[in-house]
Amino acid sequence: MSIDYSQEAPTVAGRLTLAQIEELVARPMDTKPNKKYFIALSISVSLLLIGATFLAFSLYYGTGLWGNNQPVGWAFPIVNFVFWVGIGHAGTLISAILFLLRQRWRTGIARFAEAMTIFAVMCAGIFPIIHTGRPWLAGYLTPYPNQHALWVNFTSPLVWDVFAVSTYFTVSFVFWYVGLIPDFATMRDRTASKLKKTIYSVFSLGWRHSNRHWTHYEKSYILLAGFATPLVLSVHTIVSFDFAVSILPGWHTTIFPPYFVAGAIFSGFAMVVTVLVFVRKIFDLQHIITLDHLEKMNKVILLTGMLVGYAYAMEFFIAWYSGVQAEQFVFINRAFGPYAWAYWIMVSCNVIFPQFFWFKKIRRSIPAMMVIVILVNVGMWFERFVITVTSLSRDFLPSSWAYYKPTIVDFGILLGSFGLFFTLVILFTKSLPVVSISEVKAVADGAQPTHHGGADHE
Amino acid sequence: MNSNKKIFGIAATFKTPDEIINAAKKVTNSGYVEFDVNTPYPVHGMDSAMKIKPSKLGFVTLVTGLSGAAIALLFMYWTMSVDYPLVIGGKPFFALPAFIPVTFELTVLLATVSTVIAMIALFFRLPDNKHPLHDTEYMKSVSADKYGIVIESTDAKFDEAAITDFLKKLNPLKIEIIYYPEEEAYPIFQPKFIMLLVVITLVVSGGTYLMLNKLLYITPFNWMMEQDKLNPQHSSELFSDGYGMRTPVEGTVAKGFIPYPYMGQTNPTDVLSNPFLPTKGNIELGKGKYFTYCSTCHGYFADGDSRLRGQFPNPPTLHSKRAREFSDGMIYHIITNGQNVMPSYASQITREERWAIVNYVRVLQRAKNASESDLIEMNKETGSNVTN
Repeated sequence: MSIDYSQEAPTVAGRLTLAQIEELVARPMDTKPNKKYFIALSISVSLLLIGATFLAFSLYYGTGLWGNNQPVGWAFPIVNFVFWVGIGHAGTLISAILFLLRQRWRTGIARFAEAMTIFAVMCAGIFPIIHTGRPWLAGYLTPYPNQHALWVNFTSPLVWDVFAVSTYFTVSFVFWYVGLIPDFATMRDRTASKLKKTIYSVFSLGWRHSNRHWTHYEKSYILLAGFATPLVLSVHTIVSFDFAVSILPGWHTTIFPPYFVAGAIFSGFAMVVTVLVFVRKIFDLQHIITLDHLEKMNKVILLTGMLVGYAYAMEFFIAWYSGVQAEQFVFINRAFGPYAWAYWIMVSCNVIFPQFFWFKKIRRSIPAMMVIVILVNVGMWFERFVITVTSLSRDFLPSSWAYYKPTIVDFGILLGSFGLFFTLVILFTKSLPVVSISEVKAVADGAQPTHHGGADHE
Repeated sequence: MNSNKKIFGIAATFKTPDEIINAAKKVTNSGYVEFDVNTPYPVHGMDSAMKIKPSKLGFVTLVTGLSGAAIALLFMYWTMSVDYPLVIGGKPFFALPAFIPVTFELTVLLATVSTVIAMIALFFRLPDNKHPLHDTEYMKSVSADKYGIVIESTDAKFDEAAITDFLKKLNPLKIEIIYYPEEEAYPIFQPKFIMLLVVITLVVSGGTYLMLNKLLYITPFNWMMEQDKLNPQHSSELFSDGYGMRTPVEGTVAKGFIPYPYMGQTNPTDVLSNPFLPTKGNIELGKGKYFTYCSTCHGYFADGDSRLRGQFPNPPTLHSKRAREFSDGMIYHIITNGQNVMPSYASQITREERWAIVNYVRVLQRAKNASESDLIEMNKETGSNVTN
C-alpha cells in the first residue's frame, strides 16, 4: 500500500462543490419522507409505546413491579442511566475535544453525534427520576427555599449527579443550537415553503452570515469547546462517584473515574458508528460521512476498548494487592460467581471482539464493523450491569445475599428507552441538517483562500 | 420604482474566497468603515482583511464563569454551614472538597449559557428578522455558495454612484442595491390574533385548574393519601367481627399500660400509695404538667381561680382543710377517674406525670399554708429574713 502521509486526506470526498454539499445535506428536509422512513418510525414508536405502557403501569402500581429488592436496590434503572449517559459522551467528545485537537474530519459527524448526545442524555435522565418512585416530585432534587428550611445535601454524589447531568444536557444543547444557527439561516434562504421559512427564520434568529459575527461566533465555539471538554470528563467522573464514594467492595475504587470515562467514550463511539452506518447509506451521505470517518472512529473504539480492558485487569490486581478480603471476594465472585455469565459477556464484547479492529480490512468493512460495534454496545450495557448488580447482590453480610432477577417490566422500560432514542434520531434526520452545512463547506476543497491572489484557482 | 425608498447599502457578490478577501482589503483601504462581508462560512484571513479587532467575548465568559464559582461556593457555604448546619458523614460544615463538583458544574453552566446569550443579544443584536438584507437575492446567494460585501449607507463616505463604480472595478458577479423594507403593520385587533389569545388563555387556565384541583387528587399523584393499611376506627374485612381495631387478648396487658383498679368508683375506700419521691426533677415535671392541664381551672396556685372566665364552673380551692387532708392516692384517683364535673385525665396524662402532679399539688398546699417552722427552715436555706 502506498499512502502519501505528507498530504492530509480530504475531509470531503469526491470534490463536491459547496452547492452540492448543501444539496446533499438539505435533501432529506426538502423531500417528503418515503415508505421506509415511516416503517422505521413506526417500529421505533412502537418500542416507545411499549416502554410508555410499562412505565405507566409502574407509576400506577408502584416500583414493586420491577425486580429491584433488597439487597439489589440499584438495578436496571441505574444500569440504564449509566449506559445512556455513557452513550452521550461521544457527541461532546467529537464536537469539543476533537475541535480543540484540530481534527478536521470531525465536521462531518459532529452534528449527528451532538444530537445523539442530547437524545441519549434525555433517555438517561428518565431512569434516576423514575427510580425515585414518584417522578412528578423530581423538583425536590433542586435546592429551593421551602417551608421546612431544608436544603439538598451538597456533599452527596447523588446531588452532584443532578447538577452534572443537567449542566451537561444544557451545555450540549446550547452547543448544538449555536452550531445550528447558520444552518437554519441557510435553510431559510433555500426553502420555498412559507411555513418552513417562518420556522427557520425564527430559529435562525435572523443570522446574516456576517463576518463581523463570524469572528465572535468562532471565538464562542472555542470557548464552548474549552468548557465542554472538562465538562464531559466531569460528568462521567461524577456518575462514577455515585459508586466510588460508597464503601461497597467493588465500587470503592479510585480507578472508577478514568475507567468510566474511557468506557463512556467507547460505548458512545460504538453507538455513533451503529447509527451513522445507516444514516450515511439511507441519506446518501457517503461523500460527507466517508469510510475514513468510520475507520477513525473504529480506531478510537479499539483504543478505548483496550483502556477498558486495562481497567478490568487493574481492578483484579488492586483487589489482590490491597489484601482486603471483601474486595478479593467480590472480584472472584464477579468472574466465577452466579453472575459469571454476565461478566464473560462483558469481557468478550468489550475486550476481545474490538481486537479485530487491528486489521485494516475489518476496520473498513461495513458489515464487520456493524457486528463489532453492536457487540460493544451490548458489552457496555453488561459492564454497568456487572458493576451494579454483582457488588450489591453479595455484599458484606452473607445472610442478606440474594440473586437479582429483572422482571418483564424492567425490560419493557429499557426497550422503551431505545424506542425514545431512535424515534428522536429518526425525527431529527428529517427535520434538521444531520451534517453541519457551514462547517463542511468550510473544509471542502478550495473553500479557504490561498492568500496568493487565487492564481491557481480557475 | 425604488426611487422613494431609502437605500440600506450597495452589495456585490463574488465567486471565490480569494476574490472576497481581495475585495475586503480594497474596501478597508479605501477608508470605508460601515461595511460588512457575508460568507456562508467563516473565511480565514477575513478578520485581518477587514481589520476586525479580536473578539472580546472571552471577558464575558471569564466574569460569568467566576461568578458561577463564587455563587455556588457562597450558596453551599450559606446552606450547609449557616442556614441549616448538619453533620454529614463526619465532614466539616464547610466541606470544600465535597463542594468542588457542584462548583465546577455551576461555573461551566453559567459561563457557557451567558456567553451564548451575551453573544447573540449583545454582540450580534439578534434576533433580527427585519434586517434589510433578509429576503434579498444577495442574502440567498451568500447563504449558499457566494461571497458578498455590502457597503452601508450609514458610512460617512457613502455615495451611490462612486461606490457602484468602485465595486465594479473589483469584477464582481453581480451588484445589487439594497433598500430598507417597507414598514409592515400588524394590527392587534385582528380576529385571528384575538382568537389565538383566547385559546392560549383557555388552555393555560384550564390546564392549571385541572392540574391543581383534579390531577393532584388522583392516584398516584395524591401524596399517598390512599393506602391499604388498617386505620383506627375503620372497619376491616380481615376479622370476622368486622372491626379494624383489636382488643387485647384476655388476661394480658398492653405494653406500657398498667390497669387502674379503682376506675369508676366515686369515693373509693382504698387508694394507691405514691410510688414516686418528691425529688426536684419530679416536682419540676409535675409543675409543668400542672400548668398545662390543671391550672386553667384550678389556677396557678390551686386557689380555684379559673382563667376560663365562667365558661366552665370553677372548682373549689385545693387549700381547704378537706383537700389538704386527701391522701396522695386520693388526689391521684381524682385525676385518673375525674370527680363531679372534672373529667378523667387518664388518657392525656401518663401515670408518672399524674403522680408528679400530685407531688406538685402537695408543694402548693404546703407553700400556701406554711408554718413557723417552715419559715425558719426556708430562711436558713436561702439566707433571707422573712417573718410571718
